[in-house]
Amino acid sequence: MMLQGGIILLFSLAYIGILFAIAYYSDKRSDAGRSVISNPYIYSLSLAVYCTAWTFYGSVGRAASTGIGFLPIYLGPTLMIALWYLVMRKIIRISKYNRITSIADFISSRYGKSSSLAGLVTVIAVVGIIPYISLQLDGVSTSFAVMWQHSELSTTLPTPGTVDILGDTSFYVALLLALFAIIFGTRHLDTTERHEGLVAAIAFESVVKLVAFLVIGAYVSFVLFNGFGDIFGQAAQSPELSKLFTMENAGTYTDWTWLMFLSMMAIMFLPRQFQMTVVENVNENHLDKAIWLLPLYMLLINIFVLPIALGGLLLFPNGAVDADTFVLTIPISQGQEEIAMLAFIGGLSAATGMVIVATVSLSTMVSNELVMPILLHFGPLRLAERRDLGGVLLTIRRGTIIMVLLLGYVYFRLTGNAYTLVSIGLISFAAVAQFAPAIFGGIYWKTGNHLGAMVGLSAGFVVWSYTLFLPSLAESGFLPPSFIESGPFGITLLKPYALFGLSGLDPITHSLFWSMLVNVGGYMILSLVGRQSVIEHSQAAQFVDVFKQTPENDFRLWRSTSSVTVLRSILEQFISPTRVNEALNDYAKKHGLDWSKDDVADAALINYTERLLAGSVGSASARVLLASAVKEEPVSMDEVMYMLDETSKVIAYSRELEIKSKELEQATSELTAANEQLKELDRLKDDFISTVTHELRTPLTSIRAFSEILHDNPDLDAEQRGKFMAIILKETERLTRLINNVLDLSKIESGKMEWHLTAVDLKELIEDALASLEQVIKEGNIELKTDMADQVSLTVADRDRITQVMLNLLSNAIKFCDNEAGWIKVQLKEQDSTLNVAVSDNGPGIKPEHQEIIFEKFRQVGDTLTEKPQGTGLGLPICRQIVTYFGGDLRVESVLGHGATFHFTLPVVSPADDESGVEAGFSTAVFANGKSSNRQGTYGKESINR
Amino acid sequence: MNRFTIIGQRLVAIFLLGCLLFNYPLLSIFSTYDMLWGIPILYVYAFSSWLIIIILMIIVIEIRR
Repeated sequence: MMLQGGIILLFSLAYIGILFAIAYYSDKRSDAGRSVISNPYIYSLSLAVYCTAWTFYGSVGRAASTGIGFLPIYLGPTLMIALWYLVMRKIIRISKYNRITSIADFISSRYGKSSSLAGLVTVIAVVGIIPYISLQLDGVSTSFAVMWQHSELSTTLPTPGTVDILGDTSFYVALLLALFAIIFGTRHLDTTERHEGLVAAIAFESVVKLVAFLVIGAYVSFVLFNGFGDIFGQAAQSPELSKLFTMENAGTYTDWTWLMFLSMMAIMFLPRQFQMTVVENVNENHLDKAIWLLPLYMLLINIFVLPIALGGLLLFPNGAVDADTFVLTIPISQGQEEIAMLAFIGGLSAATGMVIVATVSLSTMVSNELVMPILLHFGPLRLAERRDLGGVLLTIRRGTIIMVLLLGYVYFRLTGNAYTLVSIGLISFAAVAQFAPAIFGGIYWKTGNHLGAMVGLSAGFVVWSYTLFLPSLAESGFLPPSFIESGPFGITLLKPYALFGLSGLDPITHSLFWSMLVNVGGYMILSLVGRQSVIEHSQAAQFVDVFKQTPENDFRLWRSTSSVTVLRSILEQFISPTRVNEALNDYAKKHGLDWSKDDVADAALINYTERLLAGSVGSASARVLLASAVKEEPVSMDEVMYMLDETSKVIAYSRELEIKSKELEQATSELTAANEQLKELDRLKDDFISTVTHELRTPLTSIRAFSEILHDNPDLDAEQRGKFMAIILKETERLTRLINNVLDLSKIESGKMEWHLTAVDLKELIEDALASLEQVIKEGNIELKTDMADQVSLTVADRDRITQVMLNLLSNAIKFCDNEAGWIKVQLKEQDSTLNVAVSDNGPGIKPEHQEIIFEKFRQVGDTLTEKPQGTGLGLPICRQIVTYFGGDLRVESVLGHGATFHFTLPVVSPADDESGVEAGFSTAVFANGKSSNRQGTYGKESINR
Repeated sequence: MNRFTIIGQRLVAIFLLGCLLFNYPLLSIFSTYDMLWGIPILYVYAFSSWLIIIILMIIVIEIRR
């Protein structure tokens, strides 16, 4: 008899021995740098860890009761994997960049490397996976029991809960699996937390379980029956069995769709799937092959599920045998012990694969995200200062593996046989589906924040616990059955399977609906109303835009500096010194540094160290560890925004460009304006020259004409001669005056005028001017009126120039006043620190339209063709320039026929004032006359001080 | 990058096709007691659709390299 207990055990141990050998071999190869797992086929096979005892035993069981109802669990992943090309590639890229060690690490890293979030995810993962672990224990121990007691197939199997723990096979199975997981998963700590040996062993297991299942399937279909047609043909005879041909027993279409969704999430977010797909991934491109190889694998392993299920139902009618064990019981019942043994090994491989990977990934999470942060936060333990923390870490992990398996065992004992394998597994699926919003949101939605993830996950987890986890315990008698039937304390609205009266749904669908509602809702609402911290913002940008950045384009959140020695000692607490050396030397080589000379670690190196550490202890712990050793300067939000937003640089550049182009535009328009001004000035100069030459020619012509007369007529009488000579003299004077005026004007305009500043008493100045004109006034028989203040304040000005102004105005008044009863009037007033001088006459007056023209150069009012010009046409312009220069203004008031009054003002500037006062007075003057702004230097302070 | 996005988009299309094939109402059309080659037509439909999806993935990923 082959199937004796000892032999079964021997085969099991031999099988596990082979696994060890494979793992050992590939670890050796990996250390030697020739990885066996670095190819897409091994990678794809390792992903098939998705197919567990659930698939191996449970699918048949579910098919036996629901027909095609087992399929959504594989169709969902098949479809999801199509999206992996975009989604999983992104997750892998992000994880490689951040050296992510687990799904908890991934989520916490995205939301600001938060240890609280990492802890929450870890708790959800552990609690959520416990049913799944117990499913494997169930599968393995049942298969042991079946093999053991195959001779008494018809008798019911002992209920696990009734057996003494020490006599319970599943207890030993749990311990054996724990040992196996410990040896594989926690051999040493690595900088990347990858386990080559483990992956190789899992890939091998995938081959074993597939081959085993196909052999059994082929045996049932083609040996026991005559092909598919035979099985289905026989089944069609039974109305009960033929129901399985349709969707009738497969649940509602709603449940079907939700199951597909659930398994889509599971294939991504089960901790063991994440471990295999993301953490153990060697090369991103291996994903391409896995996208079709994994669905193909699932198709193959499921092809014989329906034939086996229906074959089993035909062989053992009326539920004589648990359909979950058909894979074993069919060959046993036919005396095919070799096939039964193969099936047993296949089932064992399916279960061990899952348990090992799941516990290894859970232990990484528990140690990195739960225990380490707590230990590190405990000051009194001074853990951060201990050397060789790696040992502590490994111990924690090993303890976790044992704990998880024991919890699985406890759950298994508690729930007993109340559930089929598949329905236990679905409870776990629903738990890990809670990660979906935080992860999908995290990689595609920058706004998603820590609070949202925290609340969404907690709420989803609580609802899941209430609607699935607790009831599963209640059904096994751990809680009173009334909890399910009438709700807690008889509140029917809170019935866990019909929350708020939502009934008619499968418990899984029901739980998924409510938990996803609160999860997605909480996550989105709080993300939309809440704010992100600096580090969250940086991580969000990094995660969402991972394809846009190169490793060099690093986000430097460490702005501090530290010493290489310190960083090295921190690293060596967790990683072997040889590996630390390798890593640091790599870095030095890449950046052209020499550690014997450079001891200053810049932000980039600290970042690098953080990532190295994150590979061992997770990102949250790594950050805490480094923060304790490195004094970090706070980074302001603005800086981060500037550093991180991929677009910010572009925006900055384009803004700069915009500014530049605006400046250019402005400069262009300024230049255009300046050019216009220059053209205008050029035109004015031409006008001026032609006017000046014209004005000069007039006296010259008359001088020449009279000189010729004198020259050609030497016999002219003396009277005539005298008259002509007087004209010539007058014209030369006029010419001189004209030339002086032109010179003055050009000096003033070009800023070359020399101003001699003195304190000027305007009253005295006016009196002097009047005195010098006294003769002329008398000769013209002109009445002089004066109205002057007794005393006025002093002003600072060029005395000669002001006199020139005064004389000019007075001469004009004398010239234009009434011929018969002419009078002129001079007024002087002081008002508001301004001196007002008015010179009036009773001449013909000036037309309003001429009142400004007279201040233009060479513009004389009156008909220049018929009337002989009476001045140079430059007097008033010069006067205005002078007055304006000293901060005053000159204007005229006149009514035609009633004379004209010229007013000019000068500011009161006392020489006793401090210099700034003087200065201020002049700067007004300077500014009042735009063109004269460069004159200040010419007259300067020296003149004032003089 | 171009190859990258176009393959991604094709795979998304396959995903959508799969969602259509494996859901109500198409699924309900085949929920009958009819047999094809001695196999319930629902099973034939489910597995052949599955196979087609996989073949499409192979074509998209492997052929256009």
